[in-house]
Amino acid sequence: MIEKNGIVEIVEEIQNGVFLLKVKSVQIAKEAKPGQFCNIKVNSSLTPLLRRPFSICDVENDVVTFQFNHVGEGTKILSRKKKGDILNIIGPLGNGFNFLSDFENAIIVAGGIGAAPFPFLTKAIPSDKKIVSFCGGRSKDDIIKYKLENIITSTDDGSEGFHGNIVQLLESEIEKYDKTKTKIFACGPNPMLRALSEFTIKNGYECEISTESAMACGFGICQGCNVEGVNSDRFLLVCKDGPVFNAEDVRL
Amino acid sequence: MNEIDLSVKIGSLELQNPVMLASGTVGYGNEISEYTDLSKIGGIVTKSISLYPRKGNPPKRITETASGMLNAIGLANVGLDEFVKTKIPFLKNLNSTLICNIAASSIDEYVECVKALNSEETVKAFEINVSCPNVKDGGLIFGNDVNNVRIITEKVRAATNKPIIIKLSPNTASIKDFAQAAKDEGADAVSATNTLVGTAFDIYSKKPKIKNITGGLSGPAIKPVALAKVLEISRNVDIPIIGIGGIMNWKDAAEFMICGASAVQLGTVNFVNPNASEEVIAGLKEYCAETNLSKISNLTATYSI
Repeated sequence: MIEKNGIVEIVEEIQNGVFLLKVKSVQIAKEAKPGQFCNIKVNSSLTPLLRRPFSICDVENDVVTFQFNHVGEGTKILSRKKKGDILNIIGPLGNGFNFLSDFENAIIVAGGIGAAPFPFLTKAIPSDKKIVSFCGGRSKDDIIKYKLENIITSTDDGSEGFHGNIVQLLESEIEKYDKTKTKIFACGPNPMLRALSEFTIKNGYECEISTESAMACGFGICQGCNVEGVNSDRFLLVCKDGPVFNAEDVRL
Repeated sequence: MNEIDLSVKIGSLELQNPVMLASGTVGYGNEISEYTDLSKIGGIVTKSISLYPRKGNPPKRITETASGMLNAIGLANVGLDEFVKTKIPFLKNLNSTLICNIAASSIDEYVECVKALNSEETVKAFEINVSCPNVKDGGLIFGNDVNNVRIITEKVRAATNKPIIIKLSPNTASIKDFAQAAKDEGADAVSATNTLVGTAFDIYSKKPKIKNITGGLSGPAIKPVALAKVLEISRNVDIPIIGIGGIMNWKDAAEFMICGASAVQLGTVNFVNPNASEEVIAGLKEYCAETNLSKISNLTATYSI
């Protein structure tokens, strides 16, 4: 992990309210692993004071891509960045996905902007594995398919794909995948990850979840991003112990 | 101009320069050492150590506010034994002045912790946290009562010959009375200040933004308050002061020293800019050169009122 100034290549709105930020940073691009994140200072002023954490969405040569939606002041400022702007970035941070373990089918489960880390993962998973991407959202506008493969969708309002939530959709499809040869990689809002973890633990599927939390530093000193660990006498930190956890290791 | 002398003395504690890292903002040094050279800073104050490990508060522990942040970590720490076993060996090799911050839920616990660490050569001084706003047992219960601060200082003083620094709360009507009590009982210095009690609510869920409901406000938002507290102590009590509160750069550090601080601690800025301490030291050095100051210790309490 390093602190570096990156140069903005482009900010583009890929769909309503969803942005891609591409930043040139040779060192971060070289070190990044799927599932890791960066902590970005969106400007040099005192407001907003803290950095903003973003999953690494993709890496192409020297360029690191982040995907985000409008949440507050920080993301609004980021969405207005122009080519050539300088961004101070700390990263790559945290532990990424373990995608080299022994499985044949990778199932990606992405809730809304939780799709962010998966283009990079999709690219990194060895080509002899089969990848299926389950993408969910409240309605069709919330589903993000950027650089994902073999997409199956669900929406809460039924405006696209399966009418219901993404975990219900997965439950109805899961029989197609041999649990001994399948690994699930998920990212999304906490209620989704909670429901998914319950399902995968109960049914014996290997599952890694990428979690999010408010955080200040991103590298373990502020202790602000804690999450309840299972069989752990201390809280785990999303930034250092995660953001990717085995589903059975945390209680969200 | 000849080489500028950045060293400062706080009671019997000598520091190579006046810039320290504040307790609770750098853990036990290992993480931030990847971003900044800790051997260059004046001192590092550990995360509060308590007699037994503390798990700290459940999430959500922090939220950002205008030019600041609220935190309610709840003194999460590894406890005394683990600190001695695994943290001190690392800190010993950093070649930095180590100040151990002690938190406790009873007066006896402060004394017991200090006694247990007294023989550790690596620990150069103790900072006694009587002002954590985020725990139910101890913390501000002590820090809000001048008699408690008096008794804690007296008992800790009797337990160690190492320098002791009492970390004061800004959440009091008259901080000078607390500083005077610390001085009367033999404290070497006070650090001013800990965080200000604050809260933030979500206007739709109508729930507090942190689980503990209230937290400690830190960051540049509190700098004017902390500065006023430092000035109040400086004008009324003859005791070295370590200034803390929203320092983001060398100019803020210089301002604290002018208002009476002998040294400063950087806190929240470490989260945003983990290399801030080195930048502050470099900036102070340049400022000394620019203002023809050969010894930075001569900057302390040079306010012109």
